[in-house]
Amino acid sequence: MMAAFILAFSLLTLLMFFVSYCRSLTASSLHTSISEDVRDVTGIQVRAAGRDYARVMQILQLCPDQPKDRAGLHIVAAYYSFLNLLDQGFAKIFPSLKAWAEEERAGCAHFAAVALGRRIALNREMLAQQVDL
Amino acid sequence: MPSGIALAIWIVGMAAGVGFLTCSILRASFLKYFFLNFYVILSLFADLIRQVVLRFRGVDSLEYGYAYYYTDCLLTVALFVAVISLASRVFAELHLARYVRLVAVLLLLGTAGFSYAVVAQSTDRLATMFAVELSQNLYFVGLVLTYLLWGAVLKLQETRTRLVQMVLSLGLYFSAYAGSYALVNLAPKYGVVQYLAPILGCFLPISWAVSVMRHSEDARLTPARLVAVPR
Repeated sequence: MMAAFILAFSLLTLLMFFVSYCRSLTASSLHTSISEDVRDVTGIQVRAAGRDYARVMQILQLCPDQPKDRAGLHIVAAYYSFLNLLDQGFAKIFPSLKAWAEEERAGCAHFAAVALGRRIALNREMLAQQVDL
Repeated sequence: MPSGIALAIWIVGMAAGVGFLTCSILRASFLKYFFLNFYVILSLFADLIRQVVLRFRGVDSLEYGYAYYYTDCLLTVALFVAVISLASRVFAELHLARYVRLVAVLLLLGTAGFSYAVVAQSTDRLATMFAVELSQNLYFVGLVLTYLLWGAVLKLQETRTRLVQMVLSLGLYFSAYAGSYALVNLAPKYGVVQYLAPILGCFLPISWAVSVMRHSEDARLTPARLVAVPR
């Protein structure tokens, strides 16, 4: 009985810390605006929306990998899947959850778009170096 | 002899620890987060000692039992100190860091006293029993302190990204560890649950390394973004 209670409580706190951790990750990219290059490539107009995430990730995979971004992108991808699950599973019972999940997914898309911007910039830099050589 | 999976987890854990220390040195944050680094160094040594004793004496030997529980006790104390070091950073701006340290010492002494009182009756193997009891009690105190620290981070609207992510990593680690402990008790017959705790042990240095590498000390975030469900 006690073990079941501890398990339930720890799962709840784990979920709370996971969401907060992911929000702190996506929040860290909010100060950076999406670059012009990324807007051109992805078709994002003013603000990234949740549905842009998949497209941004597809383009991201075409760019050379940056180890600094890797772990953060994996965590945000897990968060995005979690939000989708939440949306599909509970949005009918709690309608306000849908709007919240959509806002969070937009945060994930913005995070990925900022990472894509960094990769495009790095790509350009590498290309310029090769031209110089 | 450890199984292949256990050995693989051990190697990942060691690599994660070394990775965090390397990131910490590269980003010049070794001394800024000294107690976090100290905990990881200790955990690397503890893992090495356990592995050596395990190889030469076996998992059922008395020596392995001593090595495991004594290093575990040492690690729990180091983790407690790491939590306190983060708490003093959070409260530093309110000039309360001194009081945080005082409370920490009192808590540590209180927990040690309580643990001693619990095991004082059994005079044989007193030191071992004390190490186990202190480790368990201090772990629980550390868990509660981490939750309180997270509450303080939200209340004080802490904006330092690195600090916030390090506290969150600790919260995730403590929650997951407590969950795995409960799961081991609920479903001991499933072999897979025994690997949960060592896997979780790898998580802490990895997430700290991500924080150190991704964000500079000056990076700030919007406090309103931290609450799981916005108010």
